[in-house]
Amino acid sequence: MLRVEDAQVSVEFSPELISKFDDVVSRYPQGKQKSGLLPILHYVQAEFGWVSPQAMDKVAEYLDILPIEVYEVATFYTMYLLRPSGKYVLEVCRTSGCCLVGAEKIMDHIEKTLGVKEGEVTPDGLFSWRGVECLAACGYGPVLQIGPEYTFYENLTNDSVDKLVSDLRAKAKN
Amino acid sequence: MGRKLLLEHINVPGINTFDVYRSKGGYASVEKAIKTMSPEAIVEEVKKSGLRGRGGAGFPTGMKWSFLAKPEGVERYLVCNADESEPGTFKDRYLMTYIPHLLIEGMIVSSFALGAKTSYIYVRGEMMPQIRILERAIAEAKAKGFLGKNILGSGYDLELYVQPGGGAYICGEETALLESLEGKRGNPRIKPPFPAIAGLYGCPTVVNNVESIAAVVPIINEGGDEYAKLGIGRSTGTKLISAGGNLKKPGVYEIDLGLPVEEFIYSDEYCGGIANGKRLKAVVAGGSSVPILPANLILKTINNEPRLMSYESLSDGGFVSGTMLGSGGFIAYDEDACIVRNTWNFARFYHHESCGQCSPCREGTGWMERVLHRLEYGHGKMSDMDLLVDVSKKIEGNTICPLGDAAAWPVASAIRHFRDEFEWHVTNGAEATTRNFGLAHYADPLLAPVAS
Repeated sequence: MLRVEDAQVSVEFSPELISKFDDVVSRYPQGKQKSGLLPILHYVQAEFGWVSPQAMDKVAEYLDILPIEVYEVATFYTMYLLRPSGKYVLEVCRTSGCCLVGAEKIMDHIEKTLGVKEGEVTPDGLFSWRGVECLAACGYGPVLQIGPEYTFYENLTNDSVDKLVSDLRAKAKN
Repeated sequence: MGRKLLLEHINVPGINTFDVYRSKGGYASVEKAIKTMSPEAIVEEVKKSGLRGRGGAGFPTGMKWSFLAKPEGVERYLVCNADESEPGTFKDRYLMTYIPHLLIEGMIVSSFALGAKTSYIYVRGEMMPQIRILERAIAEAKAKGFLGKNILGSGYDLELYVQPGGGAYICGEETALLESLEGKRGNPRIKPPFPAIAGLYGCPTVVNNVESIAAVVPIINEGGDEYAKLGIGRSTGTKLISAGGNLKKPGVYEIDLGLPVEEFIYSDEYCGGIANGKRLKAVVAGGSSVPILPANLILKTINNEPRLMSYESLSDGGFVSGTMLGSGGFIAYDEDACIVRNTWNFARFYHHESCGQCSPCREGTGWMERVLHRLEYGHGKMSDMDLLVDVSKKIEGNTICPLGDAAAWPVASAIRHFRDEFEWHVTNGAEATTRNFGLAHYADPLLAPVAS
């Protein structure tokens, strides 16, 4: 398993990324730029695949706030990945409504198909998976989502999961 | 068939674009409000409509608006709560996906009524596709002069922004939402002061649910009195119900408040009965936080009157034999569902989502989860049920925000109504890991119709 300390990440925010940050910060009143923290962390995660300590420090610098203010937010909210993950993180809803229609079986199937436990990364670095709490799609369960655009896959069956995984494998090769 | 106020045009192709939405009479309420009405008159219409907050608490929206402080020279804010996270609820996702301009239209009218010059829609971060949809809709509305400077030549300016959350149930609580919008952890604030006095950035703020804001549109178009004619008693208007679980036709339905629960579950116009010809065992009527009821009590009240989908009828009997309408997240459980496992699932959810600020909730939710886990896996004790009730009673009412209550109620109600199923898990521990308890005897088969 990849460890945070081993991850050699050079964190450089490109001018395009900075201009996205600037756009976020322009939504708030003067001096309230800290409001942009959550959206900016989403952009960072979309760019680098996870939110590294180095990236958090850079965000703190950009927003002119203390690093601890970024750490406490990044660790509080569950969407931010605090260690390197697979390129595709399959996040499966594990709350009541989805369990009634078979979410637990889908998670077992994903574990078997990918051959890794919850939170681990496949050897090729492509996939990880985890159970997440209610995704507000209880009528279409079981569901899973894949960041950074959080595309939704509804009414999952073992077959549709297999197809999704092979499609993503093919996509990653191209 | 009830009247559709929100979802009337939902099936029109292209209704998510400005032009099609406009051609179906969209944005008429903005023209009417800004050109012919004063902000006070709009608040008055909403008060007359009897609209109650659709996020779960059911507090009258017009009254909430009238509490907003209006000191000179201080900004006021309207924040839309689109952090839909209550298990069982998915109506806001549906509305924002398919008819985003309805929310934008409602936001413009409501912001005008409250005198807000900047408004935010706080959407849960997992709904990234919906965030893109809303941003596109806002850009369209702005290009057509319904947002930005000098709207429709009236001199009124409004900027509308979408803010993503980070994946935390607690941010659906309005003060936690405001904290999150300020870029902090979602820890609920101690009230008072209420957001109407000191909300976002310490300024007067109103926080409303997506569906409440959307309902302002028909209220302004047709008048508050007309809106109040729909529904029953103090439950006026229509409500979006998210139906899920073991139903034949799960989905989002717009109903007139006052529809009988039995009709909602079994008629083909709505859910079409229980999936796979099974029998109904239990229902969570308003999102995971409200008490779970066995089939006989959800269909008829304790006085043997038909239970209706309204704030009053669902809470008839208090927590002894009733529940709440909540956010309208309707989960149906069939005869194969295990109540112990489901209660454990909910307890795990609340433990995971507790912000950790108040000890009773932080510690109590974890305690309940562990006890329920051992019950589910056949290691429980007879005293565990009383222990769970005791812990839940010590969380309830002893926390800053309602998450503590929301965690306590499902556990306490499951034990109240399904105690023998819990006891069976203790006495038949090994068997309980291999099969389910089945239909409880109190889910009276005579009162729970079998789907044909």
